[in-house]
Amino acid sequence: MSAFDVQRVREDFPILRQEVRGRPLVYLDSAATAQKPRAVIDAIVRFYEHDNANVHRGVHVLSERATEAYEGARGTVREFINARDAREIVFVRGTTEAINLVAQTYGRKNVGPGDEVLITHMEHHANIVPWRMLCEQTGATLRVIPVDDRGELVLDAVDALLTEKTRILAVTHVSNALGTVNPVKELTRKAHAKGIPVLVDGAQSVTHFPVDVQDLGCDFYAFSGHKMFGPTGIGVLYGRLERLESMPPYQGGGDMILSVTMEKITYNRVPHRFEAGTPNLEGAVGLAAAIRYLKGLGMEAIAEHDRALMAYATQALEAVPGLRLVGTAREKAGVLSFTLEDIHPHDVGTILDREGICIRTGHHCAQPVMQHFKVPATARASLALYNTREDVDALVRGLHKVREVFG
Amino acid sequence: MSSGSDDLKDLYQEVVLEHSKRPRNFRVVEGANREAAGHNPLCGDQLSVTLKMEGDVIRDIGFQGQGCAISRASASLMTGAVKDKSKAEAEALFELVHKLVTEGPESVDVEALGKMAVLSGVSEFPARVKCASLAWHTMRAALEGRDEAVSTE
Repeated sequence: MSAFDVQRVREDFPILRQEVRGRPLVYLDSAATAQKPRAVIDAIVRFYEHDNANVHRGVHVLSERATEAYEGARGTVREFINARDAREIVFVRGTTEAINLVAQTYGRKNVGPGDEVLITHMEHHANIVPWRMLCEQTGATLRVIPVDDRGELVLDAVDALLTEKTRILAVTHVSNALGTVNPVKELTRKAHAKGIPVLVDGAQSVTHFPVDVQDLGCDFYAFSGHKMFGPTGIGVLYGRLERLESMPPYQGGGDMILSVTMEKITYNRVPHRFEAGTPNLEGAVGLAAAIRYLKGLGMEAIAEHDRALMAYATQALEAVPGLRLVGTAREKAGVLSFTLEDIHPHDVGTILDREGICIRTGHHCAQPVMQHFKVPATARASLALYNTREDVDALVRGLHKVREVFG
Repeated sequence: MSSGSDDLKDLYQEVVLEHSKRPRNFRVVEGANREAAGHNPLCGDQLSVTLKMEGDVIRDIGFQGQGCAISRASASLMTGAVKDKSKAEAEALFELVHKLVTEGPESVDVEALGKMAVLSGVSEFPARVKCASLAWHTMRAALEGRDEAVSTE
């Protein structure tokens, strides 16, 4: 395969061609949502123009085609994360719903009073709140793996926190607020040694490097379509088959049943048991197109581009006077969170926006980790496969402008 | 110079930057008999306002907390503007400020706004309206004796 050519990649993303605020768009907010390549946009249009029908029900040709596209997308996802079986792929609305699904099915069945749920201090709200809610519903206790000043998990604390009371460990693969890459394979091994299942939040990881759920060994893996260049409203819960099969249904409705009488309901098999109602067909089709696009570029090549650009950006930002990186883990992917002197991140964001530069400012729906670093918020530049050194240079120029305004 | 930069100059006027760096009345009012807390859950900004009322008149007012330049400047200017004003006058001023930051300087009597007029640039930045109005919402909650936390959401 040829070397990764970022200029050619950029041409695949129509949105990047525009000017905003009179300047070329510099998009550094892909951790919030990523832009879509032409291949994804076209796949959705093609589906609507040729194949649109409901799935699993109709006997007509369009329904057959739609079913084939939808189930084909499941196969594409299976291959992408190297799951053993397409039945291990459940389509959901996104990472948030995937985690809620596990909390409310696996969790409600297996967690009780006095039990513990273990998460980390660097989770975003999607991997805190569903567990907090589960604990309130069941009388269990939420325990937290601490984070050190670099933004790495304190691994020494993990053994003591994994107890005979722990019913599940839920951990992010890559922190959306710090960029830290967590050693989830090692954590899974530790948890499994004590018979504890592991959920990995992959919302920020699947776009940056290859993910192999069998190699990681985790029980559940959750991610969203929109952060990986696919549509919004579609996401994936991977679950080991035996886990999924032991779990009660999530939502009730059409397609998740085999038969319904007023007296008795027989639930459908996995994964359909967890997909009540008409699914997001065009979302699944778009997600499959995004995966084909990523595979076309090569996940290893993407990871290499990410590493090189992260190294360049880290050095460039550190050279900005008064800038402090929040999160300096030895292994990071895609995310640069920072503060600039005592200038509030929102003021940084507003001034950069006037330069055509899109970054995220705020607590990134990860307030506990902000509290750990004693900052109310940060400015966050997040990188994707279409970002260049020129984007980073523009950011640095913008930050000098911020310093000028605040004199 | 591009229009983007002009907008920025309007937003971050000298007076705004000065008040954000050295906010006035950044303290808890001694002998306060009213207080309220406000926060903007989207950005995590938090502030508290304490008031000393004598009858219907605001004799002293202070604020504390953390926020961006716009929210600090707005809070600082507010404390100066409503001191020794009646509850009704303070609320009327809030109405004017709110109109200013949402609809722009043409929509209000700028004379009546006094120093608060420096917030006129905010109207070009819809995402920042909440920053400018958080302190005011919180003050109104304190005036009305509401003790639940005020939220801009």
